[in-house]
Amino acid sequence: MDLAFFGVQLLNGLQYGLLLFLIASGLTLIFGIMGIINLAHGAMYMIGAYLVWDLTTLLGNFWLAIVIAVPVAVALGLIIERLFLDTLYKRDHLYQVLLTFGLILVINEAQRIIWGGDVHSVAIPAPFDASLQLTDNLQYSVYRLFVMGVCLALAGVIYWVIRHTRLGIIIRAGAVNRDMVEGLGINVRTLFTLIFSVGVALTAFAGMIAAPLTSITPGMGDSILITCFVVVVIGGIGSIKGAFWGAILIGMAETFGSVLIPSIASMVIYLIMAGVLLVKPRGLFA
Amino acid sequence: MMTNYFKKTLLASLTGATLMASGLAVAADPVKVGLMLPYSGTYTALGEAITNGLKLAIEQNGGQLGGREVEYVQLDSEANPSKAPQNMSRLVKGDGVDFVIGPVHSGVAMGMLRVAKQSGAITIIPNAGLEAATNQLCMPNVFRTSFSMWQNSFPMGKVAYDRGYREVVTITWDYAGGKEDVAGFKEAFEAEGGEVVEQILVPFPDTEFQSYLTQIASIAPDAVYTFFAGGGGVSFVRDYAAAGLKESIPLLGSGFLTEGNIAALDGAGEGVLTTMHYSETLDSEANRAFVSAYEGAYGVAPDTYSVQGYDAGAMLVQALDAVGGNTEDRDALIEALANVELESPRGLMTFSESHHPIQNVYLREIRDGKHEVVGVAAEQFEVPDDACQM
Repeated sequence: MDLAFFGVQLLNGLQYGLLLFLIASGLTLIFGIMGIINLAHGAMYMIGAYLVWDLTTLLGNFWLAIVIAVPVAVALGLIIERLFLDTLYKRDHLYQVLLTFGLILVINEAQRIIWGGDVHSVAIPAPFDASLQLTDNLQYSVYRLFVMGVCLALAGVIYWVIRHTRLGIIIRAGAVNRDMVEGLGINVRTLFTLIFSVGVALTAFAGMIAAPLTSITPGMGDSILITCFVVVVIGGIGSIKGAFWGAILIGMAETFGSVLIPSIASMVIYLIMAGVLLVKPRGLFA
Repeated sequence: MMTNYFKKTLLASLTGATLMASGLAVAADPVKVGLMLPYSGTYTALGEAITNGLKLAIEQNGGQLGGREVEYVQLDSEANPSKAPQNMSRLVKGDGVDFVIGPVHSGVAMGMLRVAKQSGAITIIPNAGLEAATNQLCMPNVFRTSFSMWQNSFPMGKVAYDRGYREVVTITWDYAGGKEDVAGFKEAFEAEGGEVVEQILVPFPDTEFQSYLTQIASIAPDAVYTFFAGGGGVSFVRDYAAAGLKESIPLLGSGFLTEGNIAALDGAGEGVLTTMHYSETLDSEANRAFVSAYEGAYGVAPDTYSVQGYDAGAMLVQALDAVGGNTEDRDALIEALANVELESPRGLMTFSESHHPIQNVYLREIRDGKHEVVGVAAEQFEVPDDACQM
């Protein structure tokens, strides 16, 4: 393995990890603070990708499509929280699992009715439809670098909000002790609606910016959901910092695992999860 | 003497009358054709294309099979292997269909064929590439109008060698279909004298290909042979082009890499070579007539799946005409099906001993968003079926 190969793989792992972080951050917020196990999180990733494909086709502009799709995703989160989750907070986790699993089925079916079963793609938008020459026969899409930049910037913003704002203090306190936050007179109901909508919007946004890098297919969020749960569990439930490092770790593990130890590549992330749980049962940053 | 003659005549006319009466009774009943295809889920488009093709072929015969009307019993297989035996039993025993057309998915085929074995139901497989269906499982009552993975990929081995490629990397998903396909290519390519220097297996259904593309770039083979399908195929071809590999390392693949997805490739597929038993651009009278009839009936262009359905219908038309619409004599019917010779849109198609199609495999190159036929990779190509001698 030469240095260039190693370097490019490092870049691949970092890019994949950062995208995973964006999807997992919403999941860990919703899980950690609201105590909701949202199985439909992956379906939201898919909805983001389909929305941006549909709007890009309609408007002919990827950036405009994102500007419209993000508020749609926030609204979707708001509706789901108010309609379905609101009555479930006091109930057992099992009810949430059943409900959000049902949501997967409904959303997947709605997707099929609205957009059909065909495979779609979104062209890489200007001005990022260019490539960098990395080695003598390998190029790297500039758009991938852009996605990395956006993910890093959002990670910074989320970190800043949680560390340095009043809202962040409430969120952190809520992750530790929900009853106390409620006791301090904070409107937990509004807080929950906000967090759920933001969580949904984060994963849908991940689907939107990932759309030009992937193929848009029915059920595309289902497999990423499992990886995201692994990230959240490794990092520690509710911890944004944990989601970040967990995502980078899993991104690297999948990238290097697949080329260095291909025979067990599909197991690598679960082995890491098992290892982490043995040493730190609550996750690395909980 | 006279009485004897009289008796014989009477007997003969009585027999004739009975035969005619029973013949009339048969003609009055419609032929029941059961369709066990996915009408929901990921494979819906395939199920619909096959159904459209099948109905078109029978429609073109006046909506009749062997002079009898046709009744369709459509059942949604949901592409769900666990429900396959139960669904098949429902069609065969519950609805009492004369034929079952299905499925799309190889996993469902396994479950279906178990019931086909027990019940002896005549089954025509219009898709599903698993080799065992017409080899190890070997049943006189099972036919297919599709392909096996091997049949489509083996001819590419010689094509690759003839184009001067000596070292090739293969990449596919780590599942049976992908491995069967790649094995066909490797067998032919290495028999010619080439070498498969690395066989990459990607966990199914991952579509995150960046790390593998980096690996391919560092190996720098003469060409890459691949099997992916659906969204995975689109992702792979686009990522391969975006990584700049297409210029230096030609991409070869099974036809399913780009089948039905050419629009989503967004130009990234230009120049990709694939082998397949059909192409929408085939320049023959049968194909031109088929394409225009299909577009006229359904308003969309046909694809390989439509042709596989169409040929299943054409098979029924030919076989039932041969037996005069009599579905009671199963042996005669099976023999009539086995002897079918189709001037299909895909070219001449006949059946091997094991009821696998003997057909052309075309070499196709994507040009201007179409599968242009650049040659016949294997003419009237038969699949070895040593495990099945009937």
